[in-house]
Amino acid sequence: MWPAVAITLELATVTTAILILVATPLAWWLARSEHWWADVISTVVALPLVLPPTALGFYLLIALGPNGPFGAFLPWLGLRSLAFSFQGLVIGSVIYSLPFMVQPVRNAFRAIGNAPLEAAAMLRASPLDAFFTVAVPLAQGGIFTGAILSFAHTIGEFGVVLMIGGDIPGKTEVLSIVIFNDVETMQWDSAYILSGAMVLFAFTVILATTLIERRSRRLLS
Amino acid sequence: MMISVRRNAIHRLSLFTAALVGLALPAAAQASDVSVAVAANFTAPAKELAAVFHAISGDTVDLSFGSSGQFYAQISQGAPFEVFLSADAARPKKAETAGFAVPGTEFTYAVGKLVLWSANPKLVDAKGAVLKAGNFMHIANADPKAAPYGAAGLQTLKALGVYTQLAPKIVTGENITQTYQFVASGNAELGFVALSQVITSDKGSEWIVPQTLYAPIVQGAVLLKPGAQDAGAKAFLAFLKTPQALAIIQSYGYTTP
Repeated sequence: MWPAVAITLELATVTTAILILVATPLAWWLARSEHWWADVISTVVALPLVLPPTALGFYLLIALGPNGPFGAFLPWLGLRSLAFSFQGLVIGSVIYSLPFMVQPVRNAFRAIGNAPLEAAAMLRASPLDAFFTVAVPLAQGGIFTGAILSFAHTIGEFGVVLMIGGDIPGKTEVLSIVIFNDVETMQWDSAYILSGAMVLFAFTVILATTLIERRSRRLLS
Repeated sequence: MMISVRRNAIHRLSLFTAALVGLALPAAAQASDVSVAVAANFTAPAKELAAVFHAISGDTVDLSFGSSGQFYAQISQGAPFEVFLSADAARPKKAETAGFAVPGTEFTYAVGKLVLWSANPKLVDAKGAVLKAGNFMHIANADPKAAPYGAAGLQTLKALGVYTQLAPKIVTGENITQTYQFVASGNAELGFVALSQVITSDKGSEWIVPQTLYAPIVQGAVLLKPGAQDAGAKAFLAFLKTPQALAIIQSYGYTTP
C-alpha cells in the first residue's frame, strides 16, 4: 500500500508542477485574447471535464504506443511505449487535469481587469515584467486554487490510469487502482481504510479551497 | 486458420438449426430477459450462444462482461444477475456456499486454454522459447487474483522458472479483455490471453501453452438467487449442456466435460 501512496503523491506533485508552468501562460493568453479561436482553444482545454476517461484513455493508449505519433522517437529514449510508465501517467494526468488548472487561473486573470496593467505599462514595465510583478501576484489566489484542484483531481484519477497504467506496483499502481483491486479480490478491510482516507483527503481539500477563495475575495474587495 | 473456418461453419450450422427449431416452436409466448454475468474470456462464445438461445426460445439474454473477481464482489452485494459464467470453479462454488446461488446448480461449462500471443507475427515461437530469451520490454497478464487466466499465466512463468527474471516486465490487465487489448495495441509486445480470443484471427504469433504448465482452467456456471424462480435462466443453463451449445463452445478452443 505505501508504494502506491508514494506513487500517487509523486504523480500529483509532478502533474501539478507541470500544470502551473504550462497552464498559467495559457490561461493568461485565454484571459486577454479577443480572437475567436481563443474560444476554440478554451473549449479544447475544457474537453476532459466532459469526455469519459475511457475515451481519453483509449486515445492515449494508441498515441503513447509504438504505432502512435511519438512511436518513432521512443527508441531514442530507450522506450517502446510510453504506456505502462510513470511518464505516460504524467502525460495523461496533465491533459486530464488541464481544465482544473486553466479555468480558475483564467478567471483570476480576468478579474484583475485592465487598470493595474495599464498602470504598470505607464511606469514602463515591459509586458513580461508586468505579467510577473503585477498579474501573477494579483492572480495568486486563482493559481493556488487551480493547483489544489489539479493535485486533488490527479489523486482521484482512475479511468485514465486504468486504461494506460498496466498496474505495475511501485511504478504505475496508484491508490485508486489499489482500491479497485481490493474490492475485486474481496479485501474489503483494506478498501474501507483506503476509501475512508480518500474521503477525508477530498473533504479537507474542498474545504481548504473554499476558505482560500473566501479570503482572496475579501482581499480583492 | 483451419480452426476458424471450421468455427464459422459450425456457427452457420448452429444458427440454421436454431432457426429451424425456432420455427417449429412458436411457443415463445412467454419470452423473458435473462441477465448473465460472463467472465471476459468467454465474450465471443457467449454472444453466439445468446443469439442461438434467443432463436430457439425467444428469450433475450443480456450479457455483462468483466473479470470473475469483479462479478463475485458485485454478486455478493446483491447484483441482479441470474446466471454467473465464471472463469473458475471456485467462485461459483463459493457463491453456492455463501448463499448467493441456488445450491446444487454449479457445473463445468468449459475448460479454457491459455495462449501466449503477440501481434507481431515473428515474436512468439512454437515452443514459447521467447519467454526464456526475454527480448521484449512488456509482457501483459491479467490480474492473477481476479482473473483465472492471469493466475494460469503466472503459474506458467513460475513453472518455466522465468518469473523472477520477467517480473519487472509484467503489466497487469484488469481482466483478460484488457490484457488482449494491451497486446493488440502494440503497447505490450506479448501477453497471456485466452485461446478463444485469438482463435478467429490469423494475426500475430502464438504459443498454445501446454496444459502441464498450469492448473486446468475449469470454468463453472451457476444459477444465482435472483434467477431461482426464472424459467428463462434455468433454460439457458440447460441449453449450455446441449450438444449444440457444446459444439459452439468447442469451436472457440475450449474443451468441454
